[in-house]
Amino acid sequence: MVGLRFANISKKAGKRQILKNVSLEVPDKELFVVAGPPGAGKTTLLKIIAGLVVPDEGEVYIGDQIVNTVPPSDRDVGMVFEVPPIYPNRTGFQNIAFPLEIKRLRKDQVKERVGEVAELLQISHLLDRKPATYSGGELQRVALARVLVRKPRVLLLDEPLKNLDAKIRETTRVELKRLQREFGITMIFSTHDELEATAVGDRIAVMKEGAIEQIGSPKELYSSPKTVFVARFIGSPTMNLTACALKRTGDRWVLDALDFKIDVKTGAHEIESEAMTQELLLGVRPEDILLLDSGDERGCFEGQVELTQNFGDERVVTVRVGKTSLNCLTGKDRVFPYGQKVYVKFKEENAHIFRKETGIAVA
Amino acid sequence: MPKLVVKNLRKLFGAFEAVKDVSFQVEEEETLCLLGPSGCGKTTTLRIIAGLEVPTSGEVFVDGKLVNDVPPQDRQIGLVFQDYAIFPHLSVFENIAFGLRVRKIPEAQMKTRVKDTASLIGVDGILDVLGKKLGLSDMQRVAIGRSIVLNPKLLLLDEPLSNIDAKAREMMRAELGKLQKEIGIATVYVTHDQLEAMTLADRIAVMRAGLIEQMGTTSEIYDRARTLFVAKFIGSPTMNLIDCELVYNGKRAILKSEDLALDVTEFAETIGGITKGKELLLGVRPEDVSIDVRKTDSSAIQAEVQLVEPIGAKSIYHLKMSRLAVLAKDHAMPDIDVGSKVWATFNKDKLHLFDKQTEEAIL
Repeated sequence: MVGLRFANISKKAGKRQILKNVSLEVPDKELFVVAGPPGAGKTTLLKIIAGLVVPDEGEVYIGDQIVNTVPPSDRDVGMVFEVPPIYPNRTGFQNIAFPLEIKRLRKDQVKERVGEVAELLQISHLLDRKPATYSGGELQRVALARVLVRKPRVLLLDEPLKNLDAKIRETTRVELKRLQREFGITMIFSTHDELEATAVGDRIAVMKEGAIEQIGSPKELYSSPKTVFVARFIGSPTMNLTACALKRTGDRWVLDALDFKIDVKTGAHEIESEAMTQELLLGVRPEDILLLDSGDERGCFEGQVELTQNFGDERVVTVRVGKTSLNCLTGKDRVFPYGQKVYVKFKEENAHIFRKETGIAVA
Repeated sequence: MPKLVVKNLRKLFGAFEAVKDVSFQVEEEETLCLLGPSGCGKTTTLRIIAGLEVPTSGEVFVDGKLVNDVPPQDRQIGLVFQDYAIFPHLSVFENIAFGLRVRKIPEAQMKTRVKDTASLIGVDGILDVLGKKLGLSDMQRVAIGRSIVLNPKLLLLDEPLSNIDAKAREMMRAELGKLQKEIGIATVYVTHDQLEAMTLADRIAVMRAGLIEQMGTTSEIYDRARTLFVAKFIGSPTMNLIDCELVYNGKRAILKSEDLALDVTEFAETIGGITKGKELLLGVRPEDVSIDVRKTDSSAIQAEVQLVEPIGAKSIYHLKMSRLAVLAKDHAMPDIDVGSKVWATFNKDKLHLFDKQTEEAIL
């Protein structure tokens, strides 16, 4: 098993720039997630690693070796596609054994390796059955087994859970993570689903329009997003973002969003010089807004309930403060009828500030 | 008077009984969600209400009137399809006006109705924009506008958010929720996504194999699932289910499994009728399992963390008691990671208990 590295990779398709100067490093045995909305360049990035797409510029390293000109079959990289190409008229065993038969392995060796992988993925019961009888999750596991049986150095999974039911997605996600740990394999996994990305990944690269916005652990991306794009992408419900300006009242610094204001707790002096003259965006996560019944406390603002969404264990309450709608996350034991008056209070220390023009975080 | 009454609906396709015996009603301004896995009969039920399928037996009343023999276009029902079916070459105005033109409504009246509808659904600023230029959110609005301009008694929505990626779905769900509140039309909504059902519906009918398994408010369905199927289908991650039996230690009633001995004497009245040796399933939702590095509760059970899935402010912890695997959903705690020894406590107020044979809820 080895790690891999991208150095300044760019790729065009016609006039469209699919990847823009992408650099990243995935250490050995890491589960690395490439996340972003459709069209961000995730699949192209994976295909470049597999050797199915040749980059216009930059180098791809697997281990210490530059592999730009190495054909896919010699890279020792396994790739599982969104829609796995499984042969419908072959049994599970025949499907999984196929890559080994091409390599002309001895029959007993093939049997042993297929058996091992099947047991690990808990699909031994599927070996004699044909794909028509599999569930979505089982089909995905057979496809995965067919790649794993080759013992690749790097395993690439392109949106492997996209076509599965919500319930199966939840369990398959965990299986993949366990598998990666048990195999000690370097795995790169692409997804458009941020929840899946943070749940699965050791580290995540958030991509937008062919470029990397930020690379970090789930915690880093959640608590210190470097751009508005990452701030909106990571976290559900999505972070509230409101235009605001930095103002000074006496010896206090305040972010004024017209409909409400919050005190700047820390780092005011850092943002002061550069941000005073700029338009800013204030970001507050729904879980960082408290809902109060009375407005007695300092720093709370009156609003009206616009919508309540019951998540089962929690509720998302949309509160209209002036002209601004704010999503607030609250426990399930409180009920907020449509139109009710409530007061919002911000956890100021968790506020995020971005420059409006560039979308880049301040301080 | 209820806006919709469905009585003993049954539908055969050849020998296959898609809908077996379905009855429900929808009140004014209420949203009822038909929820279930594919093949449960929810879409067939919706199509029968719309008049697109003829039931084998049973009756459909819209606004008090039996409509079994009324053709779809005369039922005063608005139907919004999965793909919205917006005419790409027509403007927003013409898309909304379409049904009125077909019905040869006089020009002046038609214009007033289109404008009133457009302002209700918030598209009055883009009446000249062509259908093909619309974003997802506006498409959804126009699709609903096109239905409600005809003053339907009832609105039917067939999986309107199923083809949209996770982030956009979150936004569209909230938009749809607000729109429903503003329009206030009785609505039947079909989906296989439990979160969508929870967040959008006033009441949910969980369907399985052509029957309604349970019908109730979102809280009833979530907190008091009457069957194992409903308990497992609703909620993410899925409820923990633990094999156990009831034993008595003097006067104390104890639910006992391999790793667990939970004192449930306080529920003795409810569960008193359980015979000795009966196979039971204890159900605990992951958010009702809290974890701590210290033992803060006498009933806490020691467990090892096997996997952590960070999902924003919270994490899903995969715990292993000596043999038992349990999921906990709790705040992200930086000092708890894979291999950590923790103490897990079940929230006793939120326990579920099922008879393993009948799959029905006891508690």
